[in-house]
Amino acid sequence: MTDLLNIGLALLILGLAAWTIVTRELFVAVAGFIAYGLLLTLVWVQLHGIDVALTEAAIGGGLTGVLLIGAAGRLRHSAVALNLEVPSTPVRWLAGVVSAAVSIALGVCVLALPDPAPTLAHEVAANIADTGVGNPITAVLLAFRSMDTLLEAIVLLFALLGVWSLAADHSWGGRPGALQQVDPNGILAYAARVLPPLGIIVATYIFWVGADDPGGKFQGATILAAMWLLVLMAGLVDAPPISRTWLRLGLVAGPLVFIAIGLLGLYTAGDFLGYPPGFAKPLIVAIELALLPSLTLVLGLLLLGAPQRGMPQ
Amino acid sequence: MSTFIDVLSLVAVAAGSFFFFAGTVGLLRFPDTLTRLHALTKADNLGLGLVVLGLLLQVDSVLAGLKLVCIWLLVLLSGASVSQLIAHYARQGEVRR
Repeated sequence: MTDLLNIGLALLILGLAAWTIVTRELFVAVAGFIAYGLLLTLVWVQLHGIDVALTEAAIGGGLTGVLLIGAAGRLRHSAVALNLEVPSTPVRWLAGVVSAAVSIALGVCVLALPDPAPTLAHEVAANIADTGVGNPITAVLLAFRSMDTLLEAIVLLFALLGVWSLAADHSWGGRPGALQQVDPNGILAYAARVLPPLGIIVATYIFWVGADDPGGKFQGATILAAMWLLVLMAGLVDAPPISRTWLRLGLVAGPLVFIAIGLLGLYTAGDFLGYPPGFAKPLIVAIELALLPSLTLVLGLLLLGAPQRGMPQ
Repeated sequence: MSTFIDVLSLVAVAAGSFFFFAGTVGLLRFPDTLTRLHALTKADNLGLGLVVLGLLLQVDSVLAGLKLVCIWLLVLLSGASVSQLIAHYARQGEVRR
C-alpha cells in the first residue's frame, strides 16, 4: 500500500516537473513549481525527514513561490517577446544534448552509490548527548556542522544585498515594495489583524520545539516573515526604509552573535565554533534566538525586493 | 468498541476525501471563477473538517486533538479570506479565466 503511494507520488512529481518545463506560459510554470514544492514536502515526510519537509514547505513552496509569482508578474510583458524569439535549431539541439548528458551523469552517480551508503549517523547518535539537544538535525546544524549554518546565515545577507543593489540611485535608502492601497475594512485587513497573533504563537512554538523535535529558527522565521508581509500587504504598516539603523543592526545581529560565540569557542573549547563542555545547549539556544529576528528580517525583505520609493526626509 | 471507533474514523475520512474529490472535479469543470471558488471552499470546509473529525477519534492526547482542530480553523480562516479576495478581483474583471 505504501509502495503504491510512493510510486504514485514519484510519477506525479516527474509529470509535474516535466509539465513545469514544457509549459509555455510563465505563470502556469510558476504554479506548477509551487505544487511541485508541496509534493516534495510529502516525499520528505515519507522519508521521515520532517525538518526538511517543514523547510521545503515554508521556503521551497511558500517563499520561493511568492518570489517567483512576483517575478512572473514583472516579466509578463517581456515574456511574450521572449517566447517569440525561438532559438535556432542547432542551439536547441545542443541545449537538449547537454541537459540529457547532465541527467545521465547524475543518474549514473546515483546508481553507483555504495550500498550501504557511507554515513556519520552512528557518530551523531553516539555524541548527541554532549550537545544537550534531542533533535539530531538541530545537533548536526548547530554543533557538528555549525560552520555550514553560519555561512548559510551570511549568504542570505549577501542575497539581500544583491536584491538591494538593483535599486535605482534616487530610491537608494528608501522603502522597498510598492505603496499598498487596501480597503481598511476589507477582508485582507481583517486577516492581517486576526492571523499575526496566532502566527507569532505558532512560530515561537516551532522555534522552541526545534531543540528536541522537528522545527527550529528557519521554519519559525519563515512564519514570522509571512506574518510581517501580511501586515505590510494589508497596508496596516509601511515597510521600513532600508537606510534605518535599527533595520541594518537587526539584519547583522544574528550572524554577529553566531561569530562571537564561535570566537569564544577558541578560548573556552580550543576551536572556532567549539562549545565548552556543559554549555552546548544554552549556547545553541542563544545562537538560534539571535538568528530568529535576523532571518525574519532577511526573508521578509528579500520578498519585498529592491527599494523603490524615494529617500526618507 | 475500538472497532466501532475505527469504522467511524474510516467513514469520516472517506467522506472527507469524497468532498475533496468533488471539489477538485468542480474546480476543473465549473464554468467561471465564482462557481469554481464555491467548489474549492467545500473541499476546505467540509472535506478537511471530516478528515479532522476522523483523525480526532484516533488521537491519544487532548493536546494533539486541539492541534488538529486549530489546523482546521486556520485553514477555514485563510480559505475564506483568500476566496473572498479572489472573488473581489474576479468581480472587478481582473481575472479572466
